[in-house]
Amino acid sequence: MGFRLLKRTSGIEKDLDDFLDQVSRSGLLFKSGIDCYLRDNLESFAKKTEEMIDIEHRGDALRRSLETQLYTKTLIPESRGDVLELLESMDRLLDHFKGALWRFDIEHPEICVEYHDDFRELASCGVEAVESTVLSCRAFFKNVDTVADHMHKVMYWESESDKVSTELQRKIFRREDLRLSHKRHLRDFARYLEKIADEAEDVADRLNIYVIKRSI
Amino acid sequence: MFAFFLSSGLFLGWSLGANDAANVFGTAVGSRMIRFATAAVLCSIFVIIGSVVSGAGASETLGKLGSITAIAGAFVVAFAAAVSVYLMTKAGYPVSTSQAIVGAIIGWNLFSGSLTDYDSLTTIVATWVVCPFLSAIFAVSFYKLFVPVIKTCSVSMFRLDALTRYLLILAGIFGSYSLGANNIANVMGVFVPVAPLSDISLFGMVSLNAAQQLFFIGGVAIAVGVFTYSKRVMMTVGEGIFELSPVAALVVVWAHSMVLFLFASQGLKGLLVSHGLPSLPLVPVSSSQAIVGAVIGIGLLRGGRSIRWRLVGGIASGWVATPVIAAGVSFMLLFFVQNVFQQETYRPVTYRVTAENVDRIGRAGMDTGYLAPLVGEEFSRAVDFRDALSRSKGEPVTAGETATVMHYTEVDELEITEEKIAELDTTWITAEQREAVEALTGRVFIHTWRFDEALARLSPQWRLSEHDRDFNRALTNKRQYMYRIFRRHDTASH
Repeated sequence: MGFRLLKRTSGIEKDLDDFLDQVSRSGLLFKSGIDCYLRDNLESFAKKTEEMIDIEHRGDALRRSLETQLYTKTLIPESRGDVLELLESMDRLLDHFKGALWRFDIEHPEICVEYHDDFRELASCGVEAVESTVLSCRAFFKNVDTVADHMHKVMYWESESDKVSTELQRKIFRREDLRLSHKRHLRDFARYLEKIADEAEDVADRLNIYVIKRSI
Repeated sequence: MFAFFLSSGLFLGWSLGANDAANVFGTAVGSRMIRFATAAVLCSIFVIIGSVVSGAGASETLGKLGSITAIAGAFVVAFAAAVSVYLMTKAGYPVSTSQAIVGAIIGWNLFSGSLTDYDSLTTIVATWVVCPFLSAIFAVSFYKLFVPVIKTCSVSMFRLDALTRYLLILAGIFGSYSLGANNIANVMGVFVPVAPLSDISLFGMVSLNAAQQLFFIGGVAIAVGVFTYSKRVMMTVGEGIFELSPVAALVVVWAHSMVLFLFASQGLKGLLVSHGLPSLPLVPVSSSQAIVGAVIGIGLLRGGRSIRWRLVGGIASGWVATPVIAAGVSFMLLFFVQNVFQQETYRPVTYRVTAENVDRIGRAGMDTGYLAPLVGEEFSRAVDFRDALSRSKGEPVTAGETATVMHYTEVDELEITEEKIAELDTTWITAEQREAVEALTGRVFIHTWRFDEALARLSPQWRLSEHDRDFNRALTNKRQYMYRIFRRHDTASH
């Protein structure tokens, strides 16, 4: 029984790592997808979007498998609810990255060259925030005492994302030569990207509570 | 008939299994870390092993408090304890079987005029008070040791979960063993002096004396309680304790099991004594109070905000209230059974002081000056005899002195007849021992010590050894068996 339980434990840990890898990869893919779009390399952008769909499917499958294992094998009974919520929140972050690429693909926003760097920076802030959340998550499962080492970075990137987004929106609406509909379209995209870091911060806040609950 | 009289003890065993198994396996089962069936099987096996292997220590302490001399009396005492537990539970008081049985024995002592050994009583009550404190100290120490180790090794969440499971199962096994060892005395202790059982040998490898056979039966009753009723209690109590955190819950179960073990293990006591260390008395304690003590210990470690002090007050009141109520219930039931059902609830004892007895007491190394004025007198109640001894001495006689005097003056007529010798269990009594008994055919002994000495003169196999404690224990059991076989049942008429 002893070895079976240890084997089962290492299997779940592997799945969990795999799932968090998918979230992390989706961030990197999102960042390079945005870059392709801004460089008008639509062929590469389409490939990145396809890859993102694969990652999202894989992430969903891993999340479901983890949830099933946690329940059927009655693992970590005291933290199971928190862990399930955490997995779903992380999955939502992955979905958000995919959703963003899809929006670019469907709505094809016309982004003026002078805003390219701002959009890149905004995307980068979101990816960094999510990456720090992924690291916090890994720490939560592996060594709860080191969660704080990553958590503060999430807050930092969220605040950076706010600043960049506000500045970008200000620039957009100060331009006289753009139609209002164009301005509002660009603003929607800026807000959508800004929300990624916001969501990452929400996950980090909940994680903070789980850490307190898990204090031995 | 013996089986019927044993029923009250079996009921106590059942209730112990139904309630206290939750203290050892409740955390694991309540949190669904292990299946109930696995827990019930492990708990039953180890409760029975604990009872048979280590049950004697705590049982001896109860025996010192009061040794029931009639089977109907033992039935009533166990029944009174069960009734008291039921009544107090219904009234919403936290109650322990250990405390109820002690009260019920005192009730029997009062009813039969037997002496209550106040030294033993003080030791027992002091142990009850110490038990939750000790449990709290253990819990805090284990917690302080365990948590830094986990932090240093940075164990992952899932590995810690797996580790906690193993340790909870181990704690449950250890706890079940300790529960059996410590609490079997509550269930079967009062029946030990009156059980008409001789030693049996299992496949020529293991021999079980009368007490161990009783403990086995009691262990089985506990196991039945575990299987039939403990699941519900485990789901409730287990989840309650588990709110702590898995590691803290684990520490609580370990602390509880350790305390029960310390107050039950003759081996550990022997080891401590042999190294000149202070040892703990072997006393049946409350498993639930040990758990509560450990939980409070962890609570205090975390700042003490979540401790329910009313519960603590309830436990403290139980130390006094439960025995007093059980003694009252026991006294009333004994009166009822003796007078309405005409059952002998105690064997009337007569103490006869003769010059010969006094001489023998003198040879045992005691000052017998104050016994001389009592020569020729007879006493039918131990309490009256002790008072007379104290009056004659001019100061209270010690418990040790009283016990020695009573041993040599107690009238317990044994008549050695051929028919009774034929009844002897030849698989247990050796041929040489039997020959010695046969040589005494036709004789009547007024005192058991005279019979012991006559046998000792006839065969070295009837003599106590100077070094072999196991042999002496077995010989004492054989002597008790002989008394039961050869006792004249009209002794009461003396």
